[in-house]
Amino acid sequence: MTNIDKVKGSHKMVGNRLGGTIAIFIFLSLLGLFMALPIYLAVMMSMKPVHELFVFPPKFYVIDPTLDNFRDMFRVLSNLWTPFSRYVFNSVFVTVCVTAAQCVFASMGAFVLAKCHIVGGEIINKIIVISLLYQSNVIYIMQYIVMAKLHMINTYWALILPSVASPMCLFLMRQSMETVPDEMIEAAKVDGANLFTICWKIVIPNQKPALMTMIIFSFQAAWNIQGGTLVYKESLKTLPTVVQQAANAGLARAGVAMAAAVFMLIPPVIIFMLAQKQVIETMAYSGIKD
Amino acid sequence: MLEYEQIGKRSKAEERRLLWRKIKQDKECYFMLLPFMLVFVIFTVIPVVMSLPMGFTDFDMVQLPKFVGLSNYATLFLNDSIFIQSIRVTLIFALFTGPLSYVLCFLLAWLINELPQKLKTIFTLIFYVPSMANVYTIWQLIFSGDVYGYLNSILLNLGLITSPIQWLTDSRYVLGVVIVVQLWISLGAGFLALRAGFQNIDRSQYEAGAIEGIQNRWQELIYITIPAMRPQMLFAAVMQIVSSFTAGTVAQSLVGFPSTDYKAHTIMTHAYDYGWVRFEMGYASAICMILFIAMLVCHQLIRKLLKTD
Repeated sequence: MTNIDKVKGSHKMVGNRLGGTIAIFIFLSLLGLFMALPIYLAVMMSMKPVHELFVFPPKFYVIDPTLDNFRDMFRVLSNLWTPFSRYVFNSVFVTVCVTAAQCVFASMGAFVLAKCHIVGGEIINKIIVISLLYQSNVIYIMQYIVMAKLHMINTYWALILPSVASPMCLFLMRQSMETVPDEMIEAAKVDGANLFTICWKIVIPNQKPALMTMIIFSFQAAWNIQGGTLVYKESLKTLPTVVQQAANAGLARAGVAMAAAVFMLIPPVIIFMLAQKQVIETMAYSGIKD
Repeated sequence: MLEYEQIGKRSKAEERRLLWRKIKQDKECYFMLLPFMLVFVIFTVIPVVMSLPMGFTDFDMVQLPKFVGLSNYATLFLNDSIFIQSIRVTLIFALFTGPLSYVLCFLLAWLINELPQKLKTIFTLIFYVPSMANVYTIWQLIFSGDVYGYLNSILLNLGLITSPIQWLTDSRYVLGVVIVVQLWISLGAGFLALRAGFQNIDRSQYEAGAIEGIQNRWQELIYITIPAMRPQMLFAAVMQIVSSFTAGTVAQSLVGFPSTDYKAHTIMTHAYDYGWVRFEMGYASAICMILFIAMLVCHQLIRKLLKTD
């Protein structure tokens, strides 16, 4: 950073840039206010006691904040036949497996497709983009048929495997890796490194922003896996399914529903903060000059 | 490599032998690609391929699909006025939300990039959170048609209106409301990918640029940043196409299903209607097929745009 500033300083741009930065800050703050207001209202809503739900005119703050909605939600959750901890375990287990496998598979695949120029690589690239664009509700039925043929219905496999190969993650990584200079890989090859080492020791550490972004996407998607028709055994269901049930069963539904949504939002936000910190700390220097 | 380029001049057999040699030489690559491809083929490619011909069948999920030729497509365009309406809604929707939120994604990602580090995380979080969870139901309270709705209450207080407006059921406002909410949640995957892209631009390029006489942010953006960001911009474009063409769930949960006068009835909602409400899966897949073709055309156009300039 200091290095860049020095260069910029020599062009007498510092004052100019500071003014611009303040303008940007003001613009983003105003827009941010619009973006954050509904989230703020949702959090307020989740803390409203029943008698405040229908106050007129509607208030932008809570007079008497309470955690009753959260308590109601957990009361419903703890009265189920299957202990609540089981759902937590299922969700955590599925999320960890899916996120880990997704990131490893997609990173390796992306490296090959972006940098190895293999026979058939172009076709695979096309298939991946097409699979992103093709959305149809019939796919779920076909997926069910495939799962049934493999005897995976009602197992953890049914929750984990369909999400493991994410075309979106691979596409993201591939696009990002395209900017890695070929010289870097050639140099490593000359030094005698095999492709596996080049991929994991050189290219992927260099792609930290994309990698961290992928972790955010994977975690978020995995955390919301419901299983749908693929699992109907109660002991295999995940948190989103039961939290949804609890939200619909609460006494003051608007409040409890918001409490459920806010509760489910916490883990992805934490992961987001941790990963985003890594993204922002990245200062890219490839060390290769043309 | 040179050998490989001369393939065209060689005989077929030799060509095949060279190709095989190249494949064998790259076997490490294929090995690294294998885990992804294995799972991807079984759980995505096979179901997709199996679902492609369904548009030509009559399939109710109970009996086996029955081949009916092009009749589903004929019905769609000739006899289904709601489908024509849904095309119109989807196009309006995609034209509004697609380009606008794409520009917004890029602009915001760039502006955030110009800020000091601490602020970067906070702003990225604020803009990204809406797309993270199903919190958009809160908009139901904001746009609620009675006096308890936040928007109505504010407008009444200010004296701008005298009676509450039915935002969610009045056919004049329904589509507008859905577009606003869709824009609100649209700073998702594309936005984050662009943020990551900005962060990964080689700093030395900016230093070189400064030495070569680049004077302000605009010049930096046009001469250094955009060329370096092209791959991420294509990713964001694909994500944007998918999210703006396949939108439907937001509308369904916000303005009801079906919406007043089908004003917010997108193609995806139509497919949902036939697939999961009436169980006419063959017809539903024909609908999805048409949507897919539209998205493919759009994708090709954007690819061309991003490559040529």
